[in-house]
Amino acid sequence: MTKIIEPKKQSNIFRRPSSETGIWSWITTVDHKRIGIMYGYAAFFFLLIGGLEALVLRIQLSQPDNNFLTAAEYNAMFTMHGTTMIFLAIMPISAAFFNYLLPLQIGARDVAFPRLNALSFWIFIFGGAFLYSTFIFGTAGAPEGGYLAEEVGWLGSAPNGGWFGYQPNAGMKYSPGTAMDYWAIGLQILGIASLISAFNFITTIINMRTEGMRFMRMPVFTWMTFAVSFLLAFSLPIIAIALFYVTFDRKFGTTFFLTEGGGDPVLWQHLFWLFGHPEVYILILPAFGIVSEVLPTFSRKPLFGYAAIVFAGFGIAFIGFGVWAHHMFASAISPVAQAGFGLSTMVIAVPTGVKIFNWLGTIWGGKLKLNTPMLFSLGFIGMFVIGGLSGVTHSVVPADTQQTDTYYVVAHFHYVLFGGALFGIFSGLYYWFPKVWGKMYNETLGKIHFWLMLIGFNLTFGPMHWLGLQGQVRRTWVYAEETNLAFWNVVVTVGAFIIAVSIIVFMINWIFSKRNGEEAPFDPWDARTIEWTIPSPTPVWNFSKAPIVKSLDDFWHAKYSEDDEGRAVRRDSADELLQELEEEGLNPSENIELPSPSYYPIILASGLPFLGYAVIYYSIPLAIIGSLLLLIGGFGWGTEPLEEHIEESENE
Amino acid sequence: MLVIKIFKFKNLRFIPLIFLSACIENAPLDSLSPEGPYARSIDELFWITFWIAVGVFVIVQGALILSVFVFKEKPESPEPKQIHGNTKLEILWTVIPVLILAAIAVPTVQTIFDLAREPEDALKIEVIGHQWWFEYKYPDYGITTANVLVIPADKPVRLEMWSNDVLHNYWVPKLNGKRYLVPGQTTYLNLHADSPDEFWAQCGEYCGLSHSKMRGRVLSLSQKDFDNWVANEQKNATAFSNEDLSLAAEGQQVYLNAGCTQCHVVNGVWDVQGDRIAPNLTHFAVRNVFAGAALENNRENLTRWLANPAEVKPGTFMPNLELTESEINALIAYLETLK
Repeated sequence: MTKIIEPKKQSNIFRRPSSETGIWSWITTVDHKRIGIMYGYAAFFFLLIGGLEALVLRIQLSQPDNNFLTAAEYNAMFTMHGTTMIFLAIMPISAAFFNYLLPLQIGARDVAFPRLNALSFWIFIFGGAFLYSTFIFGTAGAPEGGYLAEEVGWLGSAPNGGWFGYQPNAGMKYSPGTAMDYWAIGLQILGIASLISAFNFITTIINMRTEGMRFMRMPVFTWMTFAVSFLLAFSLPIIAIALFYVTFDRKFGTTFFLTEGGGDPVLWQHLFWLFGHPEVYILILPAFGIVSEVLPTFSRKPLFGYAAIVFAGFGIAFIGFGVWAHHMFASAISPVAQAGFGLSTMVIAVPTGVKIFNWLGTIWGGKLKLNTPMLFSLGFIGMFVIGGLSGVTHSVVPADTQQTDTYYVVAHFHYVLFGGALFGIFSGLYYWFPKVWGKMYNETLGKIHFWLMLIGFNLTFGPMHWLGLQGQVRRTWVYAEETNLAFWNVVVTVGAFIIAVSIIVFMINWIFSKRNGEEAPFDPWDARTIEWTIPSPTPVWNFSKAPIVKSLDDFWHAKYSEDDEGRAVRRDSADELLQELEEEGLNPSENIELPSPSYYPIILASGLPFLGYAVIYYSIPLAIIGSLLLLIGGFGWGTEPLEEHIEESENE
Repeated sequence: MLVIKIFKFKNLRFIPLIFLSACIENAPLDSLSPEGPYARSIDELFWITFWIAVGVFVIVQGALILSVFVFKEKPESPEPKQIHGNTKLEILWTVIPVLILAAIAVPTVQTIFDLAREPEDALKIEVIGHQWWFEYKYPDYGITTANVLVIPADKPVRLEMWSNDVLHNYWVPKLNGKRYLVPGQTTYLNLHADSPDEFWAQCGEYCGLSHSKMRGRVLSLSQKDFDNWVANEQKNATAFSNEDLSLAAEGQQVYLNAGCTQCHVVNGVWDVQGDRIAPNLTHFAVRNVFAGAALENNRENLTRWLANPAEVKPGTFMPNLELTESEINALIAYLETLK
């Protein structure tokens, strides 16, 4: 019955890819859902690697003056842990949500530029692989003139200047070898991926909304995608430039950040955090969006203060560009700057507070179903509040000069980025699991995962507040026994392993439920937004016919009206509507044109690592190979029509 | 010590905190046990903020947990009222945080400027960061020393700081917050210790391989002891004559011939103008720690250090000079004479 139009199998540079199953169908896909799924798996893979790195760090710190790791290995591990979690785990896992859900939430068939979408995914994959190839090819060692008692080994030959890469320590003189080159160029490549998808999502949201989907009817998750895309678009160019400076300092003898050549190391701090602080909101706003979808659904109430939550999100994104120097309160900045940035940091707490109170307003008076997504969202609020409050203590500049660079800060941002962002992400993974796989996850395992993770998380990061206040500095390979920090470090390490167990529970649940879970109905949660009006798993064409949206939470209002008291009452027509949707969803009534798969995104993306290696090893041949791949990819892409079809096939 | 701190707020016996503090008493880097006016002003500000944060924490988590228990779905629960928002409430919970934050902002800004102000008649000390140790110079007295900062008690001192290589961060938690040492710029930090005591210092900013071992001590002395210390530090070391056959004199020969003089100065024995990249050893034996304050100054540690410095501090610029056991013993004997 389907009338999907098949791509024409006609040669360009290559024959147009045509497989619909198997590995080639995934490599050449431009389907936002498949790209989203690939983003999700790749990001989760990196999350596991980053987690293993964290466990290794925790083993080292579980006793004072430990020598489980050498200093070189420890420094490489914490650098890669931070870099991996931020750029290769949380950002791409958010991209997975954006990709999969954004078109569904605005009633579109795909994103505005499907091939660009594939391109940003493949650039991300190649960037991640490039960065991690440092473990094979990279070299690191003591600063110029320094001595090491033992070889750095493969574990120590990764980037070791911290994810923040402070200059001049991360420069060639103090971090010789190629490891930090891998870091600088790897981030540069990953930045390109994020920048491309940012523009793609902005365009999609502005142009691809279905009829009636006005801005103020968009789901909050879509709004937060919009905000994050703008943050990416404005902040990534800053770090791109700064990373170019670093690469030139390291590889071509410039002195942007080197005092001896008239450069300024504090400039790097400014540029890095001018990107780095918006980056924090890039990591957390998607979770805000997810939670704003989950809480109303499981409370059976509309989001309290929709407009306030949306504008607070944009307020945070905007003010987020004006607080960067709070990462530098102890650095070389004047008291006036300290006061200014302290105040702006306090200001950003206000819209954040508004969101939290509105979420509480959402669940207050509701009828709460405590399923796993809801538990994670509630856990998100609880943990994020702690991170937010410790954040306020950082805005008190004099207090921050005691706390900065200690474990207090490590505790703070893990409460925000793990207790916040990751709890939100897990909430979303469970919430949309039925829509993606057409199966239900196992609720019991989900709850075990939640409670283990909540306990493990608090055991890990709670005591870190105290460790920091008691003087444990960050990035510390060892601490002296006399500092009396051992006891709580053991607790922290135990907590970290509990988190690891909870992740294993999650993976078991995922694999088991995806294979053997119960069949999921298309609207398992009695949800509110239009992605739940289509079958589970989502058909290739998303919507059988373009939906027409009449209000915010359109699907809910189609099912429920309100009585005189304002209580929700199920419409008589609701069952009929659901039945209609179910039938319609699998039987598109109109011809659907979908973008055809393409080889060119992956070809184009594969050129970038070659260019990266070319810079690291000053290699002209590699530069030629990389450029050729870019040219072939770009040329083939440019001459390839988006859709090719000559005949309709009617598959019975 | 923290226990005392907590009970300052008499009515708020926050039991978990006391439990926590019981396990981490006597932490020498404790930022919650101020021993001087600068650290104390920070501490007061922290506790004001902390208790406000605790208040907000209790309200928000209370509301969260309460609503979960009260509004959890029960068989008899009716469908909820569809409330889309409440402008008055929303304005209220925007304005109240603004007021709270404004209340915190006032003392914050005041304290920022108080801490930055240069104290009158303060002793000026230059702090120079090296990978991985702190060097101290007293321009008024012509003293150069390392690892142990000696200050007069109950008087403010003004540190003028810069770095010789990468970013470092000078931190004596019991006396003040942190301040970066930046190559090519001067930053300032005031210290003031109430009474004679010894404090721990630690480099806060990640500065390469041995960052965690870049430590320090601050020794505050009574004015009389401080004056004696200054007088002693101003003296040169006495060189052993070539005829002297003692072990220490032999050690001096090792010092002069094995390569130590490339980087280390002993005033009166091997004077070199200009900066050297390693600590001045003239009064080495007076200092109770060495190697970036990572090691206590004793024979065992000195043997370990001289045998292979990079084993103690990875990345160190001090080479393994392949000294024999007898050379090491002689050197230690010599170092012990450098009082």
